[in-house]
Amino acid sequence: MIRLEGISRTFDLGGRPVHALVDVDEAIGAGEHVAIVGPSGSGKSTLLNLLGCLDRPTAGRYELEGRDVAALSETELDTVRRDKIGFVFQAFHLVGRLSAVENVELPMLFAGTGRRERRQRAMAALEAVGLADRADHRPDQLSGGERQRAALARATVLEPAILLADEPTGNLDTASGNQVLDLLDRMNDRGLTLIVVTHDPYVARRADRLLVLVDGRIVRRIAAAEVHSLEELFVPPDGEAPP
Amino acid sequence: MKASDLLTFAWRALSRHPLRSSLSLLGVAVGVTAVVLLTALGEGARRYVVDQFSAIGTNLLIVVPGKVETTGGMPGVGGAPNDLTLDDAEAVARRVVSVRRVAPVAAGTESVSHGDRSREVAVIGTTAEYAQVRKLAVGSGRFLPAGDVGHGRQVAVIGAGVARELFPSESALGGVVRIGDWRFRVIGILGAKGTQLGVDLDEVVLIPVGPAMRMLNRTSLFRLLIEVAPGADLDAVRTRVIDLLAERHDEEDVTVMTQDSVVSAASGILGALTLAVAAIAAISLVVAGIGILNVMLVSVSERTGEVGLLRSLGAARRQVLSFFLVEAAILSSVGGAAGLGAGYGLARLLARIYPALPAAPPAWAVWASLATALGVGLTFGLLPARRAARLDPVEALRG
Repeated sequence: MIRLEGISRTFDLGGRPVHALVDVDEAIGAGEHVAIVGPSGSGKSTLLNLLGCLDRPTAGRYELEGRDVAALSETELDTVRRDKIGFVFQAFHLVGRLSAVENVELPMLFAGTGRRERRQRAMAALEAVGLADRADHRPDQLSGGERQRAALARATVLEPAILLADEPTGNLDTASGNQVLDLLDRMNDRGLTLIVVTHDPYVARRADRLLVLVDGRIVRRIAAAEVHSLEELFVPPDGEAPP
Repeated sequence: MKASDLLTFAWRALSRHPLRSSLSLLGVAVGVTAVVLLTALGEGARRYVVDQFSAIGTNLLIVVPGKVETTGGMPGVGGAPNDLTLDDAEAVARRVVSVRRVAPVAAGTESVSHGDRSREVAVIGTTAEYAQVRKLAVGSGRFLPAGDVGHGRQVAVIGAGVARELFPSESALGGVVRIGDWRFRVIGILGAKGTQLGVDLDEVVLIPVGPAMRMLNRTSLFRLLIEVAPGADLDAVRTRVIDLLAERHDEEDVTVMTQDSVVSAASGILGALTLAVAAIAAISLVVAGIGILNVMLVSVSERTGEVGLLRSLGAARRQVLSFFLVEAAILSSVGGAAGLGAGYGLARLLARIYPALPAAPPAWAVWASLATALGVGLTFGLLPARRAARLDPVEALRG
């Protein structure tokens, strides 16, 4: 499903190059549940943005479902983001003036889907995250957990192949965080490829496997069952602590 | 994305900040109101002038003896123009196609008296046709009788002002006035019509043309007023009149003016003035456009995160551009519509207060102001919209 070969991403920060990702190789199969962990500034979010086609690598090759992403036009990338990829953010990113169901409708709005079909599918997606009765509430009338579930409904309403979640429970209390994680697990069980960026060992352990990112490199690949604490993972294999 | 969805989406974004949106909308509204109202005034002035002329009749030809333009004839040949006679008037009336009426005019100034009261007034010798040609209304009594052009009884129709002056305490009708050394019986008094093209119709005395020419000692008429049938080609009739009179006089020695050319000249000047005023008012629309620019720039910087989100959900740059452009278009077009309503309302109010001034905005001004408002909104909306569309989605999501 996803194949990364020699991916690097360099930012220019005031004339000085910053290497956010360095020579990343990875393959993620369809239906996998992968957690990307690492200390702050290790390039986790950059990797997620690349995977989500929001950003392009400086070097290397990114294949998505067998297609070279670099060869896709801007318009094709827009369509890929809309139809193939779902995003869930730590800060929810719901549009404040729109109700929950209208937020869920947004991707279909861009696709030009008719009003009735849009509403029907959005309601079904809300139903799937248990928010059907809150459909007409605006985000400021929803709890944090409800907001993230609405965002989850929006990310999955067009049945994407991949769901990218950036600290999905970072702003949530344990109970609502668990609700969201359970939903993610269930969607993954139904075949959705799930890639989660997290600091939280509890979240990370729910994945099949973990990619440990330090200073823009994948320093370790490890099965979730073998993880005890995340901090021990962040130490590079040669024993030096990250700066 | 469907157009209706786009409109709804933009509208929802605008209604989130009702005060801010309505203020920038107000700017456009004031601009359009200014354009509509000022052009209404200009158009009103133009129509006022045209109406004044039309009251005399725009389908009017005026024959003046003598040629205005210089001719290159040999000295001694031609010379003084031939007299313009009553026979000429009759010939024009009978022989030129599309001529409806001809009123011969002999004119001079004479002292008019009744008893010990006396006044210098304009004396116009003419026929019954004059009332129709110049659209005069008789206030009381009747107008000059028809027929008997050459001789004419010694009757007079006097202006309302003359009647008041000479007959302060009694009815002028049936009274006798002395004009020069001649006596005339007053058979009618003109209705109040005010000034027509500089001639104060209150201060005038109309008598039959025959006695007038004898009294004023004239052999030539002062003018022929020709009313052309409605719808007829004024220039063609003018040519035929010139040809006929040239044939009768053996030379072309008259000048024929059209009332129409005078009207269209005045109308043209006032139309240009209206256009200039509209252009000045349109500057306020540009100012309103800068208001929209300001509001949209603030809106884009506030909604940077939203733009990032929309891009991550699959919105194309083009779509982001259209969100903000449509917002600007809504602001300017709703503002324009409001300004149009206000402008029309004020123009109507003005027309009610000053009925003489038919203030109504011309259609071109309405369309031009709306188009300018929309154009200004789109032009000034383009910069913020492009800024939004060019945002890097990753950066935008972060900020």
